[in-house]
Amino acid sequence: MSKAAYKDHLGRPLVAVTGMGVVSSLGQGIKDNWAALTAGKSGIHPITRFPSDGLSTRICGTVDFIDIPAANAVERSFAFARETTVEALAQAGLSGDFDGPLFLAAPPIEPEWSARFELGDRVKPGDMTGNAYEQFLAVLREHADPAFHEAIMFGAISERLADMFGTRGLPVTLSTACASGATAIQLGVEAIRQGRTDRALSVATDGSVSAEALIRFSLLSALSTSNDSPEKASRPFTKDRDGFVIAEGAATLVLESLETALARGARVLGIISGCGEKADDFHRTRSSPGGAPAIATIRAALEDAGLSADEIGYINAHGTSTPENDKMEYLALAAVFGDRMAHVPVSSNKSMIGHTLTAAGAVEAVFSLMTISTGVLPPTINYDNPDPTIPLDVVPNVKRDATVTSVLSNSFGFGGQNACLVMSAEPA
Amino acid sequence: MTQTRHEVVVTGIGLVTSLGVGRQAHHDALTGAATPVAHRDSERFAPYTVHPLPEIDWSAQIARRGDQRQMENWQRLGVYAAGLALDDAGFKDNIEACSSMDMIVAAGGGERDTAVDTLIIEEGRKRNDREQLLNDKLTTELRPTLFLAQLSNLLAGNISIVHKVTGSSRTLMGEEGAGISAVETAHARIAAGQSTHCLVGGAFIAERLDILLLIEAVQGLGKNSGQPFWNSGGTANGVNLGTSGAFLVLESLEHATARGAHIYARLDTVVADRGPRHQGRLEQRLGRLADEAGAPASGAETIVFSGASGFPELSARERTFLKTRFPDAPLRTIGALFGHSVEAQFPTGLALACLALDAGAPISPFAAGEDAVAPAAAGSAIVTTIGHARGEGIARLSRMP
Repeated sequence: MSKAAYKDHLGRPLVAVTGMGVVSSLGQGIKDNWAALTAGKSGIHPITRFPSDGLSTRICGTVDFIDIPAANAVERSFAFARETTVEALAQAGLSGDFDGPLFLAAPPIEPEWSARFELGDRVKPGDMTGNAYEQFLAVLREHADPAFHEAIMFGAISERLADMFGTRGLPVTLSTACASGATAIQLGVEAIRQGRTDRALSVATDGSVSAEALIRFSLLSALSTSNDSPEKASRPFTKDRDGFVIAEGAATLVLESLETALARGARVLGIISGCGEKADDFHRTRSSPGGAPAIATIRAALEDAGLSADEIGYINAHGTSTPENDKMEYLALAAVFGDRMAHVPVSSNKSMIGHTLTAAGAVEAVFSLMTISTGVLPPTINYDNPDPTIPLDVVPNVKRDATVTSVLSNSFGFGGQNACLVMSAEPA
Repeated sequence: MTQTRHEVVVTGIGLVTSLGVGRQAHHDALTGAATPVAHRDSERFAPYTVHPLPEIDWSAQIARRGDQRQMENWQRLGVYAAGLALDDAGFKDNIEACSSMDMIVAAGGGERDTAVDTLIIEEGRKRNDREQLLNDKLTTELRPTLFLAQLSNLLAGNISIVHKVTGSSRTLMGEEGAGISAVETAHARIAAGQSTHCLVGGAFIAERLDILLLIEAVQGLGKNSGQPFWNSGGTANGVNLGTSGAFLVLESLEHATARGAHIYARLDTVVADRGPRHQGRLEQRLGRLADEAGAPASGAETIVFSGASGFPELSARERTFLKTRFPDAPLRTIGALFGHSVEAQFPTGLALACLALDAGAPISPFAAGEDAVAPAAAGSAIVTTIGHARGEGIARLSRMP
């Protein structure tokens, strides 16, 4: 292969994916997840982690089958990320120190309520007055609590991953809300394009579902309240969609310059050919009505990949199943793809796994790459009552075989966050 | 290390600390004949001491009351400091420049509603169905929009809304390391030609019971008011948290020159790492980072801004390292004058270094009797931040020739 074959249209190193790992409510590992996803199976279930009686939403897509030493978001998010990274490195055929940078999308961390109650119980009876935090401080002045400290630090997850997998430098922990997983991949791609590394580890994890997390989204009217049939609750692009289903998961991608990957004989699972981003300045939770920032993000990703919209064969939608997102996403896609839109298949993994929040962009990137390598489009399930104002081919309810060489994956989040990825088959 | 194809320069400074609001206020305080007096509050959170938010008129940078109401002080301070930096760089209200401007924010989490939390803790003491109580109280007592004031990435989100910075928006987290990574990432992108102009920084509010908890969980906070940062034995006297909002506009030299921007300093290198700290490992790593940063051998004509947090032993080790590695460089301990601002600590140090390099005059000691008087204006600056639990970063800056 000539040197030029390792470069993209702008002369930058092509970035290959050589290993992937995933955890979702459908299970652990790519094999099980892909089998369930292509079978149109839902991972959404009633909440068992905490009592949900009386809450408006009582369903979720939590991951409750991975052992954790303590029930908090740091332990859970770390455990998911550890498992997906072990899987990804094994697939990449890498062992020993990874020796490249780590980019981790992780949920914002706060103390668990169980930890607050526990601190509250340690307050001396005479001190049980005034603000609870003054009481907690009095407790900690007497007895330090390093475990509590570690459980409330945003940097605790990447620290442990860095130690366990021997990554290089100061790991980056990031949040771009529901676009975080895509941003973690983008940072890895940028690092390789900068020439400061031949490989990078992009990880996204979210094990942060708690009563407070759920209630906060509920108070913003963001969640589905279709509690009676959990597996039917997430129904993107339908007329009666009523919100997203909060969920958990993780994904890891091993990124390498194509040249380095091929030089060591690695199997190339796909190329991250383009990344685009554009922030929205309209509102804290709502998108610009015309979808201009989403449109700009999709166009930026295509431009970065050096592809026209005509060359995209499948779109892995953000598709949250909220009334607003699905409408806005359709508008944005229609603006970019024009008349061809009706003929480009678009499906939402979230119809089956719910919204894995911080992890979503990376989880869905893994599934997008699986589509490229297996030639199968996962369906959008629960598509029983199409929204006539969203005339898309959503691969309704049943998977479809299709040869796809380039996929667009969308991620949009609160705070005006938009990130899109274009993934392509290895150049012939 | 990044292959530097583009020089990276600082063209805008937005700084709010206990010492005052804005670049000029800090310049005046730090280049005067006298050592500035630290603004501390040892009463409100006794026995702890904090460096409080100065008097500030939010409307000066956040015009709409509705926007102010959507935020708590952490986000307000960040949005305010970001506005100052944009103003200072000449980008404020330049819609075209802001719409293509990248943004990287170092963030923790926003303020909790401590009254609601207290209510739940108090009620919980009388109940054995605490989880049910939690559901009931959170559902009825939480303000729906408070979530948005707490979300880490909504500081950046609010900067987009208020100042229209929309080229990109990334929020990095992880205590002190977040601030280091933010600057490191912005520098690497501009150096490689992936970005031409970038707003980078962070904010931290010290006057928060819920944030004091973070450091006191490992008994890190100083508890005796009136003590100097360093005691006579060379160790530090504990962490005094300090409110700070610090944002910089970074640009490629070409981009800055083409628009005739004032250049405060060149950001030569940013390096960072982490790892075990026992048995001299920290010092070995710092030594390597200093070398990688291209730090001058002994520190002549260099000024060092140390972000030492105030943890007694950890800060003592940093101080010993700096005095050994840079024996000829005057040392300024940021925490002694401004307190420790966690995510904002590294950006604060960079902002101070830029002021020093631009001033053309020596920077006064940060603590009377502790810091060596600088004989002359510095030509280069070293900024360090050692995370209180993990992560270390060093930046080197130079005065533009």
